[in-house]
Amino acid sequence: MSRAETDPLSEKGPGSEAAPAPRAAPGAEAAVASAVRRPSPLWTFGLLRSELVTTVRRWRTLALLGVLAVVPVLVGIAVKIETRGGGSADHGGQGPAFISQITNNGLFLVFTALAATLPFFLPMAVGVVAGDAIAGEAGAGTLRYLLVAPAGRTRLLLTKYATVTAFCLLATLVVAVSALIVGALLFPLGDLTTISGTRISFAEGLGRALLIALVVALSLVGVAALGLFVSTLTNSGIAAMATTVGLLTTVQILDQIPQLHALQPYFFSHYWLSFADLMRDPVYWDDLQKNLGLQALYAAVFGTAAWARFTAKDISA
Amino acid sequence: MDGPSATEREAGDAEQHVPGHAEAGVIATRGLTKRYRGGQLAVDGLDLTVPAGSVFGFLGPNGSGKTTTIRMLMGLIEPTAGTARVLGRPMPRAARAVLPEVGALIEGPALYGFLSGRDNLLRYDAADPTADPRTRSARVAAALDRVGLAAAAGKKARAYSLGMKQRLGLAAALLQPRRLLVLDEPTNGLDPQGMREIRALIRELAADGTTVFLSSHLLDEIEQVCTHAAVMAQGRLVTQGAVADLAAGARGRLVVTTPDPAEAARVLKEQGVADVTADGDRVTGEPPARDLAEVNAALVTAGVRVRGFALERASLEDAFVALTGEGFDVAS
Repeated sequence: MSRAETDPLSEKGPGSEAAPAPRAAPGAEAAVASAVRRPSPLWTFGLLRSELVTTVRRWRTLALLGVLAVVPVLVGIAVKIETRGGGSADHGGQGPAFISQITNNGLFLVFTALAATLPFFLPMAVGVVAGDAIAGEAGAGTLRYLLVAPAGRTRLLLTKYATVTAFCLLATLVVAVSALIVGALLFPLGDLTTISGTRISFAEGLGRALLIALVVALSLVGVAALGLFVSTLTNSGIAAMATTVGLLTTVQILDQIPQLHALQPYFFSHYWLSFADLMRDPVYWDDLQKNLGLQALYAAVFGTAAWARFTAKDISA
Repeated sequence: MDGPSATEREAGDAEQHVPGHAEAGVIATRGLTKRYRGGQLAVDGLDLTVPAGSVFGFLGPNGSGKTTTIRMLMGLIEPTAGTARVLGRPMPRAARAVLPEVGALIEGPALYGFLSGRDNLLRYDAADPTADPRTRSARVAAALDRVGLAAAAGKKARAYSLGMKQRLGLAAALLQPRRLLVLDEPTNGLDPQGMREIRALIRELAADGTTVFLSSHLLDEIEQVCTHAAVMAQGRLVTQGAVADLAAGARGRLVVTTPDPAEAARVLKEQGVADVTADGDRVTGEPPARDLAEVNAALVTAGVRVRGFALERASLEDAFVALTGEGFDVAS
């Protein structure tokens, strides 16, 4: 881009290349040179593509996704064994939301699996990927080469955040799809009953499941921003991951302490399970909106903090 | 890579030499200073000028501030005071415009172990927003070929030897036609054959007009490939200039080989030779201003059996020791 700014001649196409370059080769070569010298704004997304591909090629990422895929299988099998005699899986309201409904409709396994993984497994996976994002590159030394490439600090940080957000969605979908497959294999499918007691068709139920997966993924963007910020503070990927997961656990515990009820509405995990409200008819939006608003706030605050830190940081690793 | 790269470079030069723009050197720093948190002064008022087209050797003991300087030049570290201009533009402010034309190897290679050599280069190339994705795989293949890694391109970088990693790091610096290459210890970890290949590559790149800024702890390497050099000690620039001038600055030594060292030493002192030292059958000293033939004649007249009489040319190492007053690998 900057080259184009300093050399307006290059905007005029291959023919004008001969003017600034006294011995420029004619024809095809000049055309190639001109193509090389005029970067397209789209090229900037090459880093995002590389980042996405690199992230899912890491053994660690695949292991995390594997664990997430196994959770619905375990829940499904447990419910199946528990209800073999024709009984109900409902133990007086114990266990994750919707678990008592699974035997009637396999689709409920999606909701149950998301409710079971959202408090810990999903945010832990996101915390690992987010915590490693900058600190891992710094620890391996690859950060300095990305920056002299030059990736640009703001561009690299935005790319990393976009990748972590994409991972939030991917991780959630892995849980949802695995649960849907297991649910379909082990339990009957069909029309379902909402929390409010109304009947909706299976197609609409699938739509709600997709919507819930989206909301669950969005519930994780706050943790993602927090992890990214922690990641800019250290040169050790492991330390950043451990800190992020540690913070996550601490907040979850604090959210259970009644004396802290004044603070609890500001904990990123406080409204996480509000996604169940999407299964009401009509949908109860209050807590959902609070949840998404809180996530946006966390993303803005910690995203800004990460940017302020990363753009001013001396890269000495 | 050759055809377009030549065109590219000429076009780039034409663009850079805007009328009225004085080229002050490919790298020019004024009073460049870095004080780390905790008060340690790593680089102290550095005035460095790297002429265009030179192969510039950057020398100094470990801990003398070379790497901090390189990191400031590459925009990785913010200077505490002073300015740094690279390719005529201020760093780190103009990093996005300058760095696509700079290839760098800083403090050894850093690679993604779980990716192949080729995929490592594809990733680094994708990080550059001015790199054309349509020519990416061709440029990566050319860079791998240039450093002799074409056969190992598909192997995971984790399985590379230190020398192969070093080559891959060099390949990353050669992904695009560059106007400046900053190479920090480029032959580290290479066997003698590999060192020769890399030096040949550096000469070849320099012959194409690329300015090479080379830090090394191997003095003979600097003497072999560099046209210019700068010496740092304790964060300060001790000297800079053409390698020939630097070596000339340190005086050579007179070496007399004889079975009569004591007598030879006495005669040499009489003849005005300073700093005479005898070591076995070798007697050395600083040559006097007078004709050396007379010194030799005086030795023979005094009955000293002279087996060898020679003036050893000063090496860069002598110049270095004279300038810094210490051995080369001494950390300060």
